[in-house]
Amino acid sequence: MINKSAQIEENKEGYREIKITVFRYNSQNKDAKPEYQTYKLVETPGMTLYIALIKIWSTMDHNLSFDFVCRAGICGSCSMVVNGKPKLACKTRTSEFEDGKITLLPLPTFKHIKDLSVDTGNWMNAMSKKMESWIHTKEVTDIAAIEKPVEPDVAQAVFELDRCIECGICLAACSTKVMKEDFVGAVGLNRVARFSIDPHDERTDEEFYELIGDDDGVFGCMSLMGCEDHCPKDLPLQTKIAYMRRKMVKV
Amino acid sequence: MKIIYTDALIVGGGLAGLRSAIAAREKGLDTIVISMVPVKRSHSAAAQGGMQASLGNSVKGEGDNEDVHFSDTVKGSDWGCDQDVARMFVTTAPKAIRELAAWGVPWNRIGKGPREVIINGEKETIVEKEAAHGLINARDFGGTKKWRTCYTSDATGHSMLYAVANEALRLDVEIHDKKEAISIIHENGICGGVVARDLISGELIAYVARGTMLATGGYGRIYKQSTNAIICKGIGIAIALETGIVTLGNMEAVQFHPTPIVPSGILLTEGCRGDGGVLRDKDGHRFMPDYEPEKKELASRDVVSRRMIEHIRKGKGVPSPYGDHLWLDISILGREHIEKNLHDVQDISKTFNGIDPADEGEKGWMPVLPMQHYSMGGIRVKPNGESPAMKGLFCSGEASCWDLHGFNRLGGNSVSEAVVAGMIVGEYFANYCSETHLTTNTFTIQRFLEAQKHYLEEILSYDGGINIFDIKDRMRTIMQEKVGVFRNGKDLTDAVNELEDLFKMLKEITVTDKSLCSNPELNEAYRVTKMLKLALCAAKGALERTESRGAHFREDFSKRDDENWLKRTIATWTNPNDTMPTLSYEEIDISKMEMPPAFRGYGKKGAIILNPLSEKREEEIAKIKESLGSVDRFSVQEAVMPFDLQQEYKRKNERVGVGYD
Repeated sequence: MINKSAQIEENKEGYREIKITVFRYNSQNKDAKPEYQTYKLVETPGMTLYIALIKIWSTMDHNLSFDFVCRAGICGSCSMVVNGKPKLACKTRTSEFEDGKITLLPLPTFKHIKDLSVDTGNWMNAMSKKMESWIHTKEVTDIAAIEKPVEPDVAQAVFELDRCIECGICLAACSTKVMKEDFVGAVGLNRVARFSIDPHDERTDEEFYELIGDDDGVFGCMSLMGCEDHCPKDLPLQTKIAYMRRKMVKV
Repeated sequence: MKIIYTDALIVGGGLAGLRSAIAAREKGLDTIVISMVPVKRSHSAAAQGGMQASLGNSVKGEGDNEDVHFSDTVKGSDWGCDQDVARMFVTTAPKAIRELAAWGVPWNRIGKGPREVIINGEKETIVEKEAAHGLINARDFGGTKKWRTCYTSDATGHSMLYAVANEALRLDVEIHDKKEAISIIHENGICGGVVARDLISGELIAYVARGTMLATGGYGRIYKQSTNAIICKGIGIAIALETGIVTLGNMEAVQFHPTPIVPSGILLTEGCRGDGGVLRDKDGHRFMPDYEPEKKELASRDVVSRRMIEHIRKGKGVPSPYGDHLWLDISILGREHIEKNLHDVQDISKTFNGIDPADEGEKGWMPVLPMQHYSMGGIRVKPNGESPAMKGLFCSGEASCWDLHGFNRLGGNSVSEAVVAGMIVGEYFANYCSETHLTTNTFTIQRFLEAQKHYLEEILSYDGGINIFDIKDRMRTIMQEKVGVFRNGKDLTDAVNELEDLFKMLKEITVTDKSLCSNPELNEAYRVTKMLKLALCAAKGALERTESRGAHFREDFSKRDDENWLKRTIATWTNPNDTMPTLSYEEIDISKMEMPPAFRGYGKKGAIILNPLSEKREEEIAKIKESLGSVDRFSVQEAVMPFDLQQEYKRKNERVGVGYD
């Protein structure tokens, strides 16, 4: 472990000092070895891991890599393992950690790029294709004509499942995923549940069975509920997986 | 050298880029989208409140149509927009939303019968028609005559982006993420593609295509306080500028949103006020009706932002360690409404500020302050989306100055523009790609690749000891303090001079890590260089524009001046060694307008220097209308200002109760 003496700001306000330990490894460099690096910094009011990491990057270590985009909990880019739990870094406040010690690791199950940066895009696109995450219909829509009516409650129910941001946290928190590389995870099963209740989609349960009716799909889930416990959007993942399993068993 | 060939190349994977990619795939073109981030993480996802389209389904939208949406958009733009483009847009927007509904966007739907809403701070009951049951709902937004903003709670951009991205995947659009376009390949005024950098391996790749579209979003991050995602650095716009040929339009036209939360700058949607939320000062007083008796909190964003700062300057702001702010109160909407329709707003406020906005009274008030939100300026394009200065280079969405928004965009018109431009411009682009063959060759391609390789090596060789992050921070502070909501000649002069000094310091930086791959400091070094060029365009444009229009407000020239300034600022970076953009102007022709300049109906009265041509054009229009006799509104429109649009999109839109009228 390297301890890099960071330039600690003068602590006028009496704020506490926190220590952030980050996993460092560059997958692009064949000679590189993984290591931890610890940064000390002054915790400012309301500090999130986004603010802390940007501070470290811009003032202490310009070489540190991580993935932030919206920094508002909307885009799902910044998932990482924070003191052992997968979380969105932008929504995690440093004050949550009483002893001021925070250890950050990259999100497991995805291809590692460098430090806290991982490749989620290619996996999620492949999953979306595998789950055929689009409306299947024979109906041809005339876009100049009045749209097809949808019951307000049904639209709301679809929206609730549509809120998934593909952050990958459900996969990082999933024991099945660790054992089965091709498991589609709660993100994939929720996606199918979403389309199965969408009145625009004409697919039958038999057709959904083709997508998820095996151990890489809905029958792989061991109901350990890691996905639902950690989902930053509070999606009802276990209920929906159970719902899909009941449906698929009947096929 | 690595070259990837395709028919249609799209840079940027947000709503505009992906919808354009769909248009290209539908024509059978080989289509590649390159994006800095996984496409579903694009900033389109952050659009909260909704998409404007004149469906007129709700009882509060009755009587709405293309004409009303057009009029709202033109007034919102403070007559800076291109009225042809506004017509193309309003005619296509209802089709865009219906297409998205068919692709599965779970738009909030109308339930027939009575429902309780908050209007002007009071509870009211409205009764929705039987015939509208199950149709797409809409909420109120600023600067609109009707409730026109369709939504999925406050995650509208997310739902739209996912539907469009999944449709693109269905059509086998090839997506290459973690790739950043850093230069445009061009020869003889024709675009041949881009040089992109693989952000993982650092490898330079030439993407060569028959046609290239930039859909890379805005440049909000040149400001210290912005609601924008951290990727919104305007890199696509900057590489267009760096061709020396491509022109940018109205870079000084920057929107400040009234209600980002303090201090993080994360947006709280206009839907908060649209649904009935109000602004309060340090005394808990609802002050907007004092300034804007008619539209109150729902005047256009430029007006509300100015009124807020004006009120704070009178000493009515709430003091905080982050400076003075005001309050946004949505507690009056009730917990049930908030948890259903303003879900993310509640989540943001709880997570980042520890405030539950559904808590009654003062406890639930959220601290807000106007901050940078949207870039009206961008790559100047013709109504078909092509740069007038470079063949085969198209642009759509926020990166473009199409010019739908003029000097102020209406809330709900951004995601709407993104998909609508993706449809219209996407199709013109696809046609271009189908009909055009490559004229570039490997000699030229290699020249552009090597130029970028040498440029990156040059940056790594600088050794002046300056930290690039310090330059960036200074730039963002200058923009924040001197090119903000209120502007004046002295501050703008200082800003331009200081930015130029900073620009000259760029060769004195030191990048500590000398690696060409996986080097986030090197990324920052070339990005800040590009951002500074855009900052200079914005500041210089603002300094030269001695009038106030939309979001551009000059304390020393507080009137809108249609006699001298009814024109677009055009910026180019003529010579690579220049340290300042070259500005010129493009006249906006009143004599062709459907709606000649007048008072917007909100904002300060008597603050316009009208152009006499306005009255003349009004008379002309009156004569045209008189000569037509009694004909329908479409014939009137066509006679006053005919506009081109694809047949499919120009068709009449059907509405509840009125059919195709």
